Amino acid sequence: MPKFQGVDYYNIDALLSEDEILVRNTVREFVDDNVLPVIEKHNRAGTFPAHLIKQMAELGLFGATLPAKYGCAELNNVAYGLMMQELERGDSGIRSFASVQSGLVMFPVFAFGSEEQKDYWLPKLATGEKIGCFGLTEPDFGSNPGGMITHAEKKSGGYVLNGAKMWITNGTIADVAVVWAKLDGEIKGFLVEKGTKGYEAPEMHGKHSLRASVTSELVFQDCLIPGKNLLPKTGGLKSPLMCLSQARYGIAWGALGAAMACYDAALQYSLSRVQFDKPIASFQMTQEKLVYMVTEITKGQLLCLQLGRLKDQDRAKFTQICMAKRNNVYHALEIARTAREILGANGILDEYPVMRHAANLESVKTYEGTHEMHTLIIGEDITGIAAFN
Amino acid sequence: MKILVFVNHVPDTETKVKVSADGKTIDPAGVNYMLNPYDEIAVEEGLKLREKSSGEVVVVSLGTDANKETLRKALAMGCDKAVVLKDSSPRDSFGVARALADYAKEYSPDIILCGKQSIDYDDAQVGGLVAEMLGLPSISVVVNLDVTDGAIVAEREIEGGHEIVHSRLPAVIIAQKGLNQPRYPSLKGIMDAKRKQIEERVVSAIKPRVEVLAMKKPSAKPPGKIVGTDASAIPELVRLLHEEAKII
Repeated sequence: MPKFQGVDYYNIDALLSEDEILVRNTVREFVDDNVLPVIEKHNRAGTFPAHLIKQMAELGLFGATLPAKYGCAELNNVAYGLMMQELERGDSGIRSFASVQSGLVMFPVFAFGSEEQKDYWLPKLATGEKIGCFGLTEPDFGSNPGGMITHAEKKSGGYVLNGAKMWITNGTIADVAVVWAKLDGEIKGFLVEKGTKGYEAPEMHGKHSLRASVTSELVFQDCLIPGKNLLPKTGGLKSPLMCLSQARYGIAWGALGAAMACYDAALQYSLSRVQFDKPIASFQMTQEKLVYMVTEITKGQLLCLQLGRLKDQDRAKFTQICMAKRNNVYHALEIARTAREILGANGILDEYPVMRHAANLESVKTYEGTHEMHTLIIGEDITGIAAFN
Repeated sequence: MKILVFVNHVPDTETKVKVSADGKTIDPAGVNYMLNPYDEIAVEEGLKLREKSSGEVVVVSLGTDANKETLRKALAMGCDKAVVLKDSSPRDSFGVARALADYAKEYSPDIILCGKQSIDYDDAQVGGLVAEMLGLPSISVVVNLDVTDGAIVAEREIEGGHEIVHSRLPAVIIAQKGLNQPRYPSLKGIMDAKRKQIEERVVSAIKPRVEVLAMKKPSAKPPGKIVGTDASAIPELVRLLHEEAKII
C-alpha cells in the first residue's frame, strides 16, 4: 500500500503551527517505520511490541505535555493530540500504552504528587525506564467507579490495601501502579510498586480486541505500602476522573487516526479493485461509503482541534472532552466496519489493517467511559438532570 | 568545528506531481514537501561530527519561506542555526551552487556536507560545483566518513565495490545513502527548535545557464501481454523475453 499521506479535506493543516505539523509528521514517520511493519505479527501473537518503549521514550512521547524539567517535551495539547492520532493510526494498543503512561500515570503524579514523588517518578517514566499503570475499574464497578470495594487502611509503617482491579492496561509489565482505593470512605490515590508483597498483576487472556496491548488484573491482599506512597493531593472521585479526562482527550484524537487508516485502506482498495470491468470506487454505493468516512473524519478533526485550543487556554469543560471521545470513537468504529465492507472478503485478512482497527475500537468505545455514559454525562450537562443516579 | 550543511526542500517521494500550466515547472498545489532524504543524511553526519568534536552545525537552504519547514526539521534534529537564502526565481544547478558557495565563503566552515542529489530534479551537481567555486576538495557518494585532526578518510561507493580516499579539511563531503541512519527529531527537539531563529537573507537572481524548456510526465506504460496460461506457452515466453524484451 502506498505511504499514508494524511487526511485533510478541509485544509485543517492551515490551522496548525509549524511545530504541531512537525510533531505529527515525526510520529507519523515513526509509526510507518516501526509500528506498521510489526503490528500484525504482535496482534496475531497477542503480544505488546515492548521493544518500541525505548524508541517511544527517546522520541519524547511519554508525558509530552509536562514540563521540561522532568525531561518532557512541554508540547501544547494540539500537538499532543496529533501525536495520539498518529500512534492510533498504527494501533489502539500502542496509543493506549502512551495514554496510560502519560495521562493516567505521569499526569496524576504531576497533579497530585508530592515534590519528592514528582522528582523521583516523572523523569523515570519519561525515559521509559519505569512503566506505569492505572487501577480504577473493578470487576463489579465499571461505569460506577465510586462504588469501588478496594480500600486502604492506615497502619503503622503505611497503608494496607485490599481489593482487586480489572481491565488494567500495562498492569503486568508495570513497575508502578496508580491505585485508587477508599481510605476512611474517601477515594485516594496510592503508588504501588511491582514486587510489593501482597500485590499481583496477572495478565488477562482471550481478548479479541487490543491484542497488541497488555491487559491485566491487579490483586491486593494485605498489601502494605509505605506512607510516602499516598498521592497527597488526591481526594474523592474527582481525582481519578481528572486523569480520565486527560486520557479521553487523547482517545478522541486517537480514534481519528484509526479512522484515517481505515479510510485510506478503503480508498486505495476501491480504486484498485475491479468488478464488472471497473474499479469499485466508480460505484455510487462505494462512493457514498467513502464520502461518509471522509466527512466524519473531517468533522472529528475540527471537534478535536477546537477542543485542543480550549484545553490550551484551560477552558475545556470535561463534558466537551466527553463529546469528542463519544463522537469520534463511535464514528471511527462505523468507519472501520464500513471499510471492511468495501474491502469485501479481503477486509477480514490481516494483510489490511481494518479488521484489527474495528476489533480494537470495540474496546475503545467502551473504555474510559462507555459511549452510553458519555451520552448521559452530556445529557445531564444540557438538561441539568442526571439520568444515571 | 564549524559544520555547514546544505538542505533542499523537495516534494515528498510519495506525492504524485503534476506539471503546471506553463509546462516548465511542477504544480505545487496539494504537494507535500520534505527535507531531501540525501540532505537528511548529511544533517545526521553533521550532528555526529559535532557530537564527536564539538562546535556548531549550520543548515542553509535556498528558496522561499516554505523552505523554513525543512530548516525547522533540521533544527529539531539538533542543528544549531538555520539560514534561508531567499530567491524564488528559477535557477539551474550553477545558480543554486553560486548562492550556497557565496554563503559558505562568508561563513568559512571547516567542513561542508550535502546530499548527493536532490530528489526533485536529480541534477546531482551542487556539491561538486560548490567545491569548485570555493577551491576545495570534494568527495562524492560517501558511505563512511572519519574526520580526525583535520584528516579525512572517506569510503566511496563505486561500481562493484568501494574506494577509500584521503583528504584534508576544509572539504565538501557529498553524502550517499548508507552513510548513516538519520535520527527522528525528538518532540523536545521540536520544541527547542521553535525557540531558534531562522536567519533570512535575500539573494539576487542570476541568469540560468541552463534553461528548462519543457517538463513532461513519463509516457504511460504499454499494457502487458498474456502469452498463454499453461506450460505450452513457455517456449514463446522465452522467445519474447530474448528477442523482444532482450532481457535474457
